[in-house]
Amino acid sequence: MSTPILEARSVTKRFGGLTANEDVSLKLDGPPGQVVSVIGPNGAGKSTFFKMLSGFLKPSSGQVLLHGQDITGMPPHRIAKLGLVRTFQETTIFPDLTAMEHVSLAHQLHREASDLEVVLGLPRARGDEQRLGASARDILELMELGSAADTAARHLPQGLLRLLGIAMGLAARPQVLLLDEPYAGLNPEETNRAVAITRKVAASGVSVLLVEHDMKAVMAISDRIHVLYFGKKIAEGTPEQIRSDPKVIEAYLGQEDEELGL
Amino acid sequence: MNPLKKRDLAIALAFLAVLAVLPLALGGSRYLLSVLMNCAGLSLIAFGVWITFTIGRINICQAGFALIGGYTTGIVLSRYGLSFWVALPLSALVSALLGAVVGSFILKLRGIYFSMLTICLTEAIRLAFLNGGDFTQGSKGITGLPQPFGGDSALPMYYLSIVLLGLGLWVTWRVHYSRLGRIFRAMRLNEDLAESFGTNVWRYRVTAFAIACALGGLGGSYFAVFTQSVYPQSFTVEHSIYYMLFCFLGGLEFVSGAMIGAFALTILFELLSQFQQYQTLIYGVLMIGVILLLPNGLMAIRAAKEARS
Repeated sequence: MSTPILEARSVTKRFGGLTANEDVSLKLDGPPGQVVSVIGPNGAGKSTFFKMLSGFLKPSSGQVLLHGQDITGMPPHRIAKLGLVRTFQETTIFPDLTAMEHVSLAHQLHREASDLEVVLGLPRARGDEQRLGASARDILELMELGSAADTAARHLPQGLLRLLGIAMGLAARPQVLLLDEPYAGLNPEETNRAVAITRKVAASGVSVLLVEHDMKAVMAISDRIHVLYFGKKIAEGTPEQIRSDPKVIEAYLGQEDEELGL
Repeated sequence: MNPLKKRDLAIALAFLAVLAVLPLALGGSRYLLSVLMNCAGLSLIAFGVWITFTIGRINICQAGFALIGGYTTGIVLSRYGLSFWVALPLSALVSALLGAVVGSFILKLRGIYFSMLTICLTEAIRLAFLNGGDFTQGSKGITGLPQPFGGDSALPMYYLSIVLLGLGLWVTWRVHYSRLGRIFRAMRLNEDLAESFGTNVWRYRVTAFAIACALGGLGGSYFAVFTQSVYPQSFTVEHSIYYMLFCFLGGLEFVSGAMIGAFALTILFELLSQFQQYQTLIYGVLMIGVILLLPNGLMAIRAAKEARS
């Protein structure tokens, strides 16, 4: 059997007396380019789990493996270098920089010039700017942000900013992209567009793991779904299996059926 | 080019051009030249503080690193008899290396904690030189340092100060307006986001701090030969705070801010020399005033007006 792309083995996180994640395991195997979602009611420990996968939190116990390599407790920038990158909901870092400049900056891992060459403006640094600029344009095209490339971030609407956040994640050229609630706060039209673009990203060979509240979007896009409830994983399967899983229905009991997409 | 950067460049170049031709107008008055030379040296040191502002740290140990640069030059000149042209880059290097070592420990702190620690650091460095025994000559300091240029004219020394000022401006400019400067800003505005796309935040913070310390060391070295001496009292906490004030007054959005602030305040105090004993008091009031009324400094006044209209 081939090594899974990403694997979490019995990951547990305790904050003092509170157990945010208990014994959560997840395997991302099969061909690259799948979309896998982690869902669960508020407070289920989804964000904690995400932070542990991407290195922003260190698990109390358990292991995270990327292509079989143990990345547990590594700093995020090293995990990013190994091919796992997470995005944030808050994406604007420079209100006055353009979309293009954001993505070009996020190519940090792929510049060739040293810091000294950058400061002195030597040929290799100038070459970097050209090469990374071209790559940034390609990514913006993929994200359907081409027409916004030269717009300053502060003039971009929420929906496009969210896509810009994903574009910045792609600039690190990951094999696994972790999206943190990519559709939260978007209107249905923006959500449809973002879902279609997420599919395109996956089709380009990047495995996508996402945490999301919008059930309709999750059901529509996911190849596989993992359900967390009070820090524990209670179910895993295809959207059809999840939809009819009695434990999941119980966990979501009292919530609108519509939210589960029933 | 973005309009703010354009304005920054125009101001910086005009300023340097004026400084380059000013001696012709001043007719070689030693006093006026020495005021400008003082301003140039202070600007050079303040550029370092300005760079640490860009990574979101308020640096109050710059005087300590200027002192390290000053003593490096003093010791190299007096003890080993080497040329100033060797001592100058060496001082920057020593300051940068010590800065990198110290910085890799203290840069984890932020906000008030970082600032408090850097105040202590300035004082600790001063005490180290005060108690350095024979090597640093204790409170007597190192005096009688030779100047790099012979002859009576103050002009060569003046142009050295302007060249060093230009160098400091150029380094700060290149750092700030290149990819490196954008990484620094990314780290300041959203550290997690910067780290998520692969930025080794710790390494870049240390880099920024080492560049800042190198500028401090360069300035300290320059002052050692300008005043031909270096004492533990040459650079103290008070000076560290002045450098910060220069940056606030000039503005943190423009690279030339540190320079404009240093010249404006230093010249102002030469004009008000009879109030010299109240300098600290006036600086204190000024600092509060600037932070309350001009949070982006003198250079942002026009920009703010434009934004309103």
